Amino acid sequence: MPTTRPQTGLTDDLGLFGERPRYAEEASYKIHGGCGLMGICDESGTLMSGVEAIKAMAVQRDRGNGLGGGFAGYGIYPEFPDHYCFHMMFHDVKAKEEAEAVFDRYFVVDLAEPMPTRAVKGISDAPVLWRYFLQPDPHKLENSEMSADDYIVHTVMLINSTIDGAFVASSGKNMGAFKGVGFPEEIGHYYLLEEYEGHTWTGHNRFPTNTPGWWGGAHPFTLLDWSIVHNGEISSYGINSRYLEAFGYKCTLGTDTEVAAYLFDLLLRRHKLPLELACKALASPLWSEIDRMEPEEAALMRSLRAVYGPAMLNGPFAIVLGFNGGMVALNDRIKLRPLVAARQGTRIMVASEESAMREVLDAPDAVWAPKAGEPVIARVKGMEWPIHGDLHLSPGEVSCAVTGVADACEIVEVG
Amino acid sequence: MPTTLIQPEFLVEIDYDKCHKCGRCVQQCGWGVYSFNERPFPDDTKCRACHRCVTYCPAHCIKIKKNDLALRDNANWSAEQRKNVWRQAESGGVMLTGMGNDKFYQSVFDHLVLDACQVTNPSIDPLREPMELRTYLGRKPDSVEVESDGKGGYRLKEGAGIAKNVKLDAPIIFSPMSYGSVSLNVHKSLAMAAERLGILMNTGEGGLHADLYPYQDNVIVQVASGRFGVNPEYLQRGAAIEIKVGQGAKPGIGGHLPGEKINKEVSTTRMIPQGSDAISPAPHHDIYSIEDLRQLIYSLKEASGYKPVGVKIAAVHNVGAIASGIVRAGADYVYLDGFKGGTGAAPAIIRDHIGIPLEIAIAVVDQRLRDEGIRNQASIIAAGSIRSSADMAKAIALGADVVAIGSASLMALGCHLCQGCHTGCCSWGLTTQKAELTRRVDPEWGAERLTNLVHAWSHELQEILGALGVNAVESLRGSRERLRAVGLDAQTCEILGVKPAGL
Ligand code: SF4
Ligand code: SF4
Repeated sequence: MPTTRPQTGLTDDLGLFGERPRYAEEASYKIHGGCGLMGICDESGTLMSGVEAIKAMAVQRDRGNGLGGGFAGYGIYPEFPDHYCFHMMFHDVKAKEEAEAVFDRYFVVDLAEPMPTRAVKGISDAPVLWRYFLQPDPHKLENSEMSADDYIVHTVMLINSTIDGAFVASSGKNMGAFKGVGFPEEIGHYYLLEEYEGHTWTGHNRFPTNTPGWWGGAHPFTLLDWSIVHNGEISSYGINSRYLEAFGYKCTLGTDTEVAAYLFDLLLRRHKLPLELACKALASPLWSEIDRMEPEEAALMRSLRAVYGPAMLNGPFAIVLGFNGGMVALNDRIKLRPLVAARQGTRIMVASEESAMREVLDAPDAVWAPKAGEPVIARVKGMEWPIHGDLHLSPGEVSCAVTGVADACEIVEVG
Repeated sequence: MPTTLIQPEFLVEIDYDKCHKCGRCVQQCGWGVYSFNERPFPDDTKCRACHRCVTYCPAHCIKIKKNDLALRDNANWSAEQRKNVWRQAESGGVMLTGMGNDKFYQSVFDHLVLDACQVTNPSIDPLREPMELRTYLGRKPDSVEVESDGKGGYRLKEGAGIAKNVKLDAPIIFSPMSYGSVSLNVHKSLAMAAERLGILMNTGEGGLHADLYPYQDNVIVQVASGRFGVNPEYLQRGAAIEIKVGQGAKPGIGGHLPGEKINKEVSTTRMIPQGSDAISPAPHHDIYSIEDLRQLIYSLKEASGYKPVGVKIAAVHNVGAIASGIVRAGADYVYLDGFKGGTGAAPAIIRDHIGIPLEIAIAVVDQRLRDEGIRNQASIIAAGSIRSSADMAKAIALGADVVAIGSASLMALGCHLCQGCHTGCCSWGLTTQKAELTRRVDPEWGAERLTNLVHAWSHELQEILGALGVNAVESLRGSRERLRAVGLDAQTCEILGVKPAGL
């Protein structure tokens, strides 16, 4: 087997379901849209209420059309810091039972409960929303020969691609995505975001142009604790998704945002690229800029661009990536979509519109427009990257059997 | 008894009222059509419609017409099939021909259309925004490994990166055409143009003439079964090395350069005796398996200081598995040559009936390498009748890294596709070694025309990228989502990985 492709350890050996395209209607064509977004991170680790995020999105109401809104919060589950938390959307009880059969079979579930929500005017047709705090079954994990994170990735892919009517909204540790069909401020109230506190929040207001809104299609898109909110359109979607497929990812949802989340997972977690360089791979400097760099830097950038050419995100975009160590905001290579940033003390904030930041930060120390392709990186003190203990699988290296504590694992050189 | 049953294909008509009687037509025709006795007299049977005389006649009084002799219609026996039977009844031999397949096969390229951006993802104006075509040819690692540079930044880990790739300023190179099959001035034109364009020319299997040494950084040196011109110095000189296994115009057929074309210069460059036929058989007699190929690839790498080594094959069925083997054997690129590719000389029956279309070959090879997780380990060069920048864009969208142009580059130098290359009488001075003909190509003039052609196609490719809303060619490469099929059957669409128009 090629070393670049993850081994599939989890299979549908319960025989519960057949392979089928998930959300066939939506996935049959790429989802286009304009949008508004925000991200805020307190680098000191001080927790902020979800209300801040709601306020920042409410002033950007015109950037959406009521067909999708959502938030991601980090540091919100301090009572379960080491559990993966699955936020699930179910269309019906059958889907819930099927997904729970997967959890029961492959995980130890320590808490399963309905998502706390309240009735909100404008929010209707909500799916059944549950959350599960769980950890991989240690024996199954060991047998899978995967790291814990890869085990989770496979579970997400398995559920999203095979269980009709079940969708994983988020699957990371000490974080969660809260999303649905509606304006973001409505969605925020629906999920009682005022009751959560996090060191990092991202938010999104969606303006889909050619699909009906659906709950799973709202932003953020997540995988493990990576979450992406996105304004724009990735014109390179076709090659980005084909590139990801070679690494075992299944792009079943047909959205640009899903692709961006998986690309960050590949580059940061699996290829172990530093955050700055992952951003340079996804929004590469122009060749003319690379040619003007000092030789050592030029060699690095040239290789990054040549190797990760198929991963480069091309077309208009502004994205905010949230993760458990902070957040990164990134614009496309020629700044075709809006993105502004501000700092106030230890808080770094980004948004599509300056008004959103003025709503939350009363006296910013600085407000600036990040240059095309120049990432704005906020890091929470004490949680610096890399925070994952996953293994770097490159040719010539194999991992030893993973025991669930991935850090304890040695990399074994072969040949 | 008549000596032949075959009537001339073309009729040469001269308007003697206009004719200056200058005799230039006599001088220009490489096929010996004209004789002169106070005024020019054409022998229609020799005309190949190469238009050299028409182009150079100062009075514009020459017309070349098709000889529309009526043959009774027959849907089964085409006129050409009938003529071929008469020809073979006269000669008893294999019919040779030059240039590419001229039979009617559906062009897949002509049934593919490209996407365009509108509002949500706007198009990009290539006249005002950067539009990048640079491409690196060669093997790339799966990931980039970095280490701290001690100054808060990062640098490549020792030995990581793409140090051995060849940089191309546009995803286009000149196809292999050997010195011997084409003239030295053609090679010089190609080499000079390649240098100016920041791309590559390919020596073909004829070795590298000393006059081309100054251009060696823009040359792929080819190693074919005949090993003509191959020595350690030759291998050192190229920017990359190519093992030629097959050719699209004649899969499974080797090369044969007749002794008449082997003059002193050709003989020195090829390292063979003057006047002797140069035969390169289809099989390399040291490659009878994939392991043998691997040994040759690594021998060439050793001999050249680990330059990129590519393998050229003809597009045939099962090409996906063949390409996978080649990449796993260590090749840095796979050169796919489709069955419409040109040639200096081939049995017509082989040229017209063996091989598969390039478009299909690109699609299956790219997909196969992706399925096996080794796509990044080699570049794909696509060749075999790339006729325009649209073909180039479609080939890249299907999965090619680079396209190679042979026939189009000869056309830039005057070729009119008269299909007489195998005779060595090319009036345009291209596929000939006759001194009075070869001097018709001035390398400086040729380089300028080739440079113009590639510039024009590059600009057009930039326009296409802009319409697609991307500003770098790597975002088009393999992006089949941006293609749609019009009038292709479902199975072909599936193989191509392209949706039908409307979806
Ligand atoms: S080149 Fe033209 S003008 Fe001159 S002799 Fe021939 S036909 Fe007459
Ligand atoms: S190269 Fe010369 S002989 Fe060959 S087709 Fe072109 S014009 Fe005719």
